[in-house]
Amino acid sequence: MQSLLKQKHKLSSAETQLDILTDAKSAGIPDFKEKLTKSGLYPLKPVQLDILQVNVGKLCNQVCKHCHVDAGPDRKEVMSRETMQHCIDALSRSDIQMVDITGGAPEMNPDFRWFVEKVSKMKRQIIVRCNLTIILANPKFYDLPEFYRKHKVNVVSSLPHFTSRRTDAQRGVGVFDKSVKALKMLNEVGYGTDPDLKLDLVFNPSGAILPGDQAALETEFKRRLKTRYGIEFNGLFAITNLPVSRFLDYLIVSGNFNEYMNELANAFNPMAAQGVMCRNMISIGWDGYLYDCDFNQMLDLKINVRRPHISDFDLIDILNRKILVNNHCYGCTAGAGSSCGGATT
Amino acid sequence: MKETYYNREDLAKFGDITEFQEELGEKFFNYYSSVFKEGALTKREKSLIALAVSHAIQCPYCIDAYTSDTLKQGCDEEELMEAIHVAGAIRGGASLAHGVQMMNQVKDKLM
Repeated sequence: MQSLLKQKHKLSSAETQLDILTDAKSAGIPDFKEKLTKSGLYPLKPVQLDILQVNVGKLCNQVCKHCHVDAGPDRKEVMSRETMQHCIDALSRSDIQMVDITGGAPEMNPDFRWFVEKVSKMKRQIIVRCNLTIILANPKFYDLPEFYRKHKVNVVSSLPHFTSRRTDAQRGVGVFDKSVKALKMLNEVGYGTDPDLKLDLVFNPSGAILPGDQAALETEFKRRLKTRYGIEFNGLFAITNLPVSRFLDYLIVSGNFNEYMNELANAFNPMAAQGVMCRNMISIGWDGYLYDCDFNQMLDLKINVRRPHISDFDLIDILNRKILVNNHCYGCTAGAGSSCGGATT
Repeated sequence: MKETYYNREDLAKFGDITEFQEELGEKFFNYYSSVFKEGALTKREKSLIALAVSHAIQCPYCIDAYTSDTLKQGCDEEELMEAIHVAGAIRGGASLAHGVQMMNQVKDKLM
C-alpha cells in the first residue's frame, strides 16, 4: 500500500481535506466554532505549555489504514539535526518538562538517538511513540528496548486490539505477531514492571466508531495480554480517530463520513473541550514549523503567531495565541475526550 | 428513497417516544441507563448480552446499536458472532425442547 501522497490522491492535499471538513452543513452538523462559542471557549486559548511534541518525520515501516500522518516507507520527509537542535535550544530557554517524539516511525530518523540522548541529558521526560514492529524491522533496531531503558523513555505504542484480526486489519498483515514479540522484548528489560519504565498502549477503534470506556478497555487488554502472552503494560490510552488524511479517506470511501461526524458532534462534551491537549502543548513538524497539534500539522494549519517556526520560538507569543480549530476538532471533544494521552475527562 | 417499515435513521429518534407519554418514557430511559451501568456484570458483558438478545428478538435497531456498542467496548468479530450463536442455540434449543411435547402427544395417541 502506498501513501496518499505517492498515489497523488486528492486527499493528500491539506486544502482539499479542509474544504471537506469546513463544510459542516453538508455533514449536517453545527460548526465546531459555534459549539465552542456556546461553551464560552471560543476563541480557544492555551493555558500553559507543558509538552513539546516533535514529529521527526513521516518515514515509517508501516502503512496503517487510519494514519493521519499519511506515513509510510515512501515518505522521505525527516527532521534534520539542525531542526532538532532548534528544538533543544527552545527547551533550554523554557521549563517545558515533556518531549513527545512521534512520526512516522521516529526511530527511522537517522538522528533520532542523538536527539533522545540530548533531551535525556536535559533531564526532561521523554515519550517515544513507538509502533513496536520497528524494533524487529532490522537488526540495527534490536537494541531499542535497551536504549529506551537507559534513557527512561516512556514508550507509547499503538495496539488497536488484543487479537491479530483487528490489529492486522488496521495496521497491516503480521503486525500483531510482531507487536507481541516487541512487547515481550520491552518487558524483558523491565518495561511494564519497573516503576521507572512506563509502557503505555494506545487503543483506537479500527473503524467508524468511537472508543468505549478507557478504564474498562484497559482492564480487558491487561487481562487478555497477560493470560495469552504474559505481557505486562502500564496504561491504555483510548484515542478517537480524527477525520484527517487516510482515516478521512476511509470514512468517505466507506460511506461513513456524515454518520461519523454526527456521532462526534452529538457526543460533544464541554468538559472535554476545556481539557483539549492543544491548550498545553505545541506540535513541531519535520521542517520545524509549529502547529497546535499533530492533526493541525497534517492539515497545514500553522500556529497563529508571527513567526511559526521552532527557530523563532517565543513562549510569550505561543501562550497568547488563538488556537486554530475546525470540525476535525470534534474528535478531541467527543465523549470522555481524546488526546495523545487518551481520555481527558 | 425506498419506503420500508424500518428506517435506520429512526434509531436516533428513539428518545422521542416521550413525546406522547412523557412520564412512562422517562421512567423507561432511566431504568434503561441504570441497567447498562457497570455492576456485577461489566458494561462489556452487558453489551454482548444485549447483542445476543437483539438477534433473538430480531430488532434491527438493537442490532445496529449493539454492534456499534460491542465494538466500542473492544469486542471483535469472533466475540460478536459467538454471542449470536448463543442466541441461536437458545432459540434452536427452545424449538427442539418442544419436541418433547410432540413426542408425548405421539406416544399418547399411537399404539
